Amino acid sequence: MLAYVARRLLLMIPMAIGMVVITFGLLLLIPGDPAAVLLGQEASAEAIQNLRNALGLNDPWYIRLWDYFAGLLQGDMGTSIFQNRPVASIIATRLGATLELAIVSLILATVIGLTLGVIAAIRQGSWVDTATMLFAQLGVSMPVYWLGLLLMLAFAVMLGWLPAVGRGVPLPEATMAMFTGNFGPIWDSLSHLALPAIALAANSAAVISRLVRAAMLEVLREDFVRTAYAKGLRRPRVVIRHALRNALLPVLSIIGLRFGALLGGAVLTESIFAWPGLGQLTISAISQRDLPLIQGIVLTFAIIFALVNLVVDLLYAAVDPRIRLG
Amino acid sequence: MRIPKAFRNTSLVVGALISLAIIFCAVFAPFVATHGVEQMDMINRFALPTPGHILGTDNFGRDLWSRLVYGARVSLSIALISVACAAVVGTVVGLVSGYFGGWVDQLLMRITDIFLGFPPLVLALAIVAVMGPGIANISFAIIIVTWTEYARVVRATTLVLREQNYVQAARALGASPARILFREVLPNAFGPIIVLASLGLGTAIISESALSFLGFGLPPPTPTWGWTLAYGTRFIRDEPWLSIISGATIMITVLGFNLLGDGLRDILDPRQLSRSGGKSK
Repeated sequence: MLAYVARRLLLMIPMAIGMVVITFGLLLLIPGDPAAVLLGQEASAEAIQNLRNALGLNDPWYIRLWDYFAGLLQGDMGTSIFQNRPVASIIATRLGATLELAIVSLILATVIGLTLGVIAAIRQGSWVDTATMLFAQLGVSMPVYWLGLLLMLAFAVMLGWLPAVGRGVPLPEATMAMFTGNFGPIWDSLSHLALPAIALAANSAAVISRLVRAAMLEVLREDFVRTAYAKGLRRPRVVIRHALRNALLPVLSIIGLRFGALLGGAVLTESIFAWPGLGQLTISAISQRDLPLIQGIVLTFAIIFALVNLVVDLLYAAVDPRIRLG
Repeated sequence: MRIPKAFRNTSLVVGALISLAIIFCAVFAPFVATHGVEQMDMINRFALPTPGHILGTDNFGRDLWSRLVYGARVSLSIALISVACAAVVGTVVGLVSGYFGGWVDQLLMRITDIFLGFPPLVLALAIVAVMGPGIANISFAIIIVTWTEYARVVRATTLVLREQNYVQAARALGASPARILFREVLPNAFGPIIVLASLGLGTAIISESALSFLGFGLPPPTPTWGWTLAYGTRFIRDEPWLSIISGATIMITVLGFNLLGDGLRDILDPRQLSRSGGKSK
């Protein structure tokens, strides 16, 4: 297992270098003089020259790439053009909100997806199966921002049950407060989180439910399931202890991949629900064409995604010995 | 009379019908649309669906049905361009990687992994942000975030196909690698590519509409679906159907291509039938 972990960690190095190169390469995609393009048509020649110096555009690209690498190794992602603050510190203030939304959505998607997938599989061919798979098909096809708008319209605007926009008390703080007997913050936190988290989770829940159903149907036909029934075990025990445990393996791998879609979806969800995370920051950075900030955000998203996939791969290896030996 | 296998697959039939209807609307937009894209009817602002305006009108009295019909042209053009290019790039990478193996395979797959390491929408947004809007730039962004899927699937298929007797025979006869790849391997790898392309059309439409929704798609007055939806949100409190209908149009279109893709997968690769876990977006 240790050798597998080491190998997996070593593989992260070329991957991280490649990601930095692509992120850096975004600058090269800008048509014409990047400084002039970034500052817009009204910019003075002096301002353009200052930005050229700040971005190091007077140096050849390989010197700039090297400088970018050297900076990153010291935790320096550059300085935001419009906020004039270090990119790393701007991102740090927003990261928590996005992680909170993405993690809660992932948990929600996994729970809903597993439940629906298992129910559809054990009731294969029934109306429950058909309804579940119809839900899944709609969930896969529904744009996340449209679902967000519909939820907001129904539960915030028309029914008035939940707040339409913004973030309440951060969930970790609210949870701590709950343990001291103060339930106000957790209600505030969850009521703000509910709509964006459901909107973000629906697509992944649909994908996971389809995968769980398919995996369960395959496992339920296996000999060991028949043996379990033959031993006289009851159905819930066979389904949960025998079948689901084996069907979970492919699900685990898709959960890591879904996190990338969730991070992307977070950009849309955050912009609809005014959730103060990295997604909203992405939109403002892109509107202002704040290149260092855009590069920092893209790299941060990629690193989070890579780390989540690393954890999932390690979990997978821990659960399935065939992976470590392969 | 026996009904052909394809026609007994509900997903395939429903998916094909929806997809064909949308493609028909896009191709024959001037005949299908009842009004001009920018034609205003200020007396009938925010009209609910009526025989004159079958899906109602927006704040300038512009006919929503006609705007969505012309919007289909934009969405489908970008989707078709990006899917075709992503399929070509991904297929070539997958074929070369799977056939040659060794360091070529390692290098190409590591590059693929790096691209897969970015959350797709975030990378697409960043690309459009620096390159600016435009059909070519938006298509380029979608190609960059989707070609990897084709590369991985085609590589896996090529790994199996290169061991087949007819490929070995072609090699023994002295056929060049290019001839083997494009004349022997590629025709047999078409099934999975077509399935991916069909599902990819849905992904591309969602991606393009997401970019437009965020305001980074084609600029107005182009009637993109995403922008029509986003524009409708300005009046969502009092006139919610503008956004509801625009979103439903996107969903039905994506649903059509997804059902088509699922149906094609069932028919072209029955082994996948029990394992198909759905398409990630």
